[in-house]
Order: sequence, then C-alpha cells, then structure tokens
Amino acid sequence: MTASSLVEVENLHFTRGDRDIFRGVDLSIPRGKITAIMGPSGTGKTTLLKLIGGQLNPSGGRVLIDGQDVHRLSRKDLFQMRRRMGMLFQSGALFSDLSVYENVAFPLRVHTDLPESMVRDVVLMKLEAVGLRGARDLMPAELSGGMTRRVALARAVALDPELILYDEPFVGQDPISMGVLVQLIRRLNQALGLTAVVVSHDIKETLSIADYVYVVADGRVMAHGTPASLDVEQDARVSQFVHGEPDGPVPFHYPANDFHDDILGQGSRP
Amino acid sequence: MIERITHMGRRGCDLLEAVGRASIFLGQSMLGRPSAEGFSLWVAQVYAVGVLSLAIVLVSGLFIGMVLALQGYTILVGFGAEDALGQMVSLALLRELAPVVAALLFAGRAGSALTAEIGLMKATEQLTSMEMIGVDPLRRIVAPRLWAGFVSLPLLTIGFSVVGVYGGYLVGVEWLGVFEGSYWGNMQASVGFFTDIGNGVVKSIVFAIVVTWIAVFQGYDLVPTSEGISRATTRTVVYSSLAVLGLDFVLTAVMFGGLS
Repeated sequence: MTASSLVEVENLHFTRGDRDIFRGVDLSIPRGKITAIMGPSGTGKTTLLKLIGGQLNPSGGRVLIDGQDVHRLSRKDLFQMRRRMGMLFQSGALFSDLSVYENVAFPLRVHTDLPESMVRDVVLMKLEAVGLRGARDLMPAELSGGMTRRVALARAVALDPELILYDEPFVGQDPISMGVLVQLIRRLNQALGLTAVVVSHDIKETLSIADYVYVVADGRVMAHGTPASLDVEQDARVSQFVHGEPDGPVPFHYPANDFHDDILGQGSRP
Repeated sequence: MIERITHMGRRGCDLLEAVGRASIFLGQSMLGRPSAEGFSLWVAQVYAVGVLSLAIVLVSGLFIGMVLALQGYTILVGFGAEDALGQMVSLALLRELAPVVAALLFAGRAGSALTAEIGLMKATEQLTSMEMIGVDPLRRIVAPRLWAGFVSLPLLTIGFSVVGVYGGYLVGVEWLGVFEGSYWGNMQASVGFFTDIGNGVVKSIVFAIVVTWIAVFQGYDLVPTSEGISRATTRTVVYSSLAVLGLDFVLTAVMFGGLS
C-alpha cells in the first residue's frame, strides 16, 4: 500500500455461479487521478465497481480504501464510508418518485444539516455544471437517457466525494453531451482533486481523460500503463482492443459449436 | 428415487434459507432509532398503504354485513329467533370475517403494490444507488412501509367491522323489519370487549405483520427482471392469503376453541 493510492485491490477473486469472473486482479488507484478500467463487454467491469463499493463480496482477496478493508467493515461503517464515494450508474438510477431537484438534494438532505437556502445553492450549482439547471422541476421519467445520466452525475458529486466511480459514463450519449461529460469528468478531477475510476469501453474518450489505464479481460489485468504506453502495446490482445480491430486473438463470438454443422442440423444440440 | 429425495431435501434447504433471509431482513429493518424524518416517511406510507385501501375495505365490509344479515335472517326466522340477528352479524364480523377478509383484501390491494414498487426500485438500481449514497434502503424504504402496514391493517379491520354491522342493520332492521331495539340490544349483551373485539384486533395485528412482511420481503428479494416482478407479485398474494387463512385457524383454535 503506497501513500499515494486511495484504492488498492489485491488478488481479487470473484465467482458467480460456476463462472469465475475474476481470478486474481490487482489494481492500485492513485489519489487525485483518473484511472480507467477498460475491457470488452462481459468481463465484469461493472462487477469490479460493485466490489469496490462493497455491494458484492469477493470470494478471495481484498479491497482497501484508504487503508480500510471494505468487505470487513460493519454495515454501519460501510455506509459511513460510502458517504465519501459517489457512483454514477449506467442507468442513472434516479429516484423515480423525486424531481430532478430533489434527486440532487437527496444526499445533502440525508447527510448534512445545511439550511434549505444552502441546499438550494448547492443543488443549483451542481445542476448548472451539468447544464440542467432549467430542468430542475422535471421528473426522471420526463428526461432523455443522456439527461438522466447528467442528473445522476450531479447527484453523485453533490457531497463532493473523494472518490467517484463512473460506470460506462459515455454509453448512449450523443456527441455533444459526450464531449460535455468528458470535459466535466476532467474538470471535476482537476478542480476538486477527485479520485476517479472510469469503467468504459469507449476507447477514444476514455484514453483522452485517463491518467492511467488498466485493461481487464479473462478475469485478470491484461495490461496497464499510461494511455500513451498502451497505444504502442505489443501484446496482440491488448492492441486488438485498443485499436478496435474485429479480427484478433479476442474472439467476437460467444463459444459455440461449428456454424456449418449447426445450420445443417448436425450440431450437438437440436 | 434417490434423485427425488435429494430434490426434496434441496427444496427444504432453500425454504429454510429463505425463511432465514426474511428474518434477518425483518430484524435489520425494524431495529432502527425512530427519527422525525422517518415519521414523515411513515405518514406518507400510511396514506399509500392504508388510506388508499380504505374504499375497497369499507365497500366490501358493507356488502359482507348486508349479506350476513340476509343469510342470517332467513335461517333465524325459521326458529323465530330473528331477534338474535344483531348478535350473529356482529360476532361473525368481529371474530372472523373482518380480520380475515380485510387481510385478504389488503394483501391484494396494498401487498401486491408494495412488492411491485420495491421490486421495480430494485430492478432500476434505485436501491443500489441509495446504498452507494450511504443511505440504508432497509431503513429508508423498507422500515416505513413495514410500520405503515402494521398500523394500517388493524385500523382497516376495525373500519370493516363498523361498516359491516351497519350494513347488517340496513338489511335486517330497515329492510327485513327486525325490531331495532333487539338488533342493538342483543349485540350489546353478547359482544365482549376483550373476548370478541380484542381477539379480533389481535388477529388483525398478526395478519398485518405477516402480510406486510411477505409483501415487502418478496419485493426486496426478487429477481430484478420483469418476469421476476410478476412472479413475486403473484407470490405475495398467494403466500399471504394462505398464511392468513392458516394462521386464522390456529388463532381461532387458541382464542375460541378452548385450547387456552
């Protein structure tokens, strides 16, 4: 454990059903930097975030946040620790019975004793940062997918957390809001000194903001380094992923029997 | 044969595990310090769970009371005992029909809604995101709903009885011409406050705990897909109906069956 890293993942194992999702993952997430975790779909990137946030328990190994083992905390201490974290969910996960304003105000109301006027100021500042101050009275059901994500981002940073976990922040965004999000993530990191973890498979955007990148596949860390060093990575699998080539050692197809046999009805299954 | 036995064993273990999970769930949600904020959340849930069930419960109570009077009259008049109509209607309602029917209606009206609501919150990751904000959904979402159910159903049951007795009065006295004095007088003479009203309320408290617990747990524990939500909602109604009817037999045996 080095003093400069906020999160340490050590030899993490995780099994779901019969499937090994992680077989010994080691990560170290430096304080005040943007760390990207990349990898093909289905490699458990979101699962990794849930393990860091303490929502899932690993079958082996440990996750340390600021020196504390997340999975050995009591329920109360775990919730205490989560106040220092923000997480942006892929779906946004806004509370559907609260307006946009109340969604962003929620963490402030439950965790602070700020007077209403100050809650209002903070909420409007956060909404202004994501460009949705004018949408404060809408309900989540009235928002587009991109707007939902931006409101969720405003809510995730409402308490100015030390650590923020972004789960696929760029998926399904139009080019304009994608650009805004990229800028926003970078600005939050620079202005507030946030430690950020970005899980994504949008290579261009992620590499443009990340300070350090881990590539996860097959339950392991396949490569790690700065974006520049990954760009010239020699490993065939990594370079296939980073450059987005369809052909290479990483199979595009889910494991199946022979296509020719299958289509002529001679496969192993009817 | 061996396979069947293993299968049964596995089902038994699964059941036991589910009961254990449900108990831990109940314990974790109920053990919390009450707060002013929790109180306002509770009030909102009493409205959603209790007040909104008022119409269906009261209308059903009125009809059940009327039907009881009608059926009771045709039987009692054969013995010339139609004066005992008030006694019959009130005892049937207070001891049995009000707690049981109100609980069944509550399971269908409020229980299924609770399951679907919490299940959808789970499916849309609202519960997870609440956890990540550092708020325990067991405290914030589950506990107010449990307490609202515990309080609402006994009150609804009392309302059911009151309206049912009045329905019996409408049919028996106003329509069929039973003497008003004997309808109320016989009722007053035969209904005991603790034995009948008290036991009925105790029954409804037990049903309230069971039905709300099942409903909220099914919502919290479901598989977060559309199919999972539909199955959990069905299970809420089925399990709580069976539990209410089964427990009613046990409670009746203890309270009125001379077992105690």
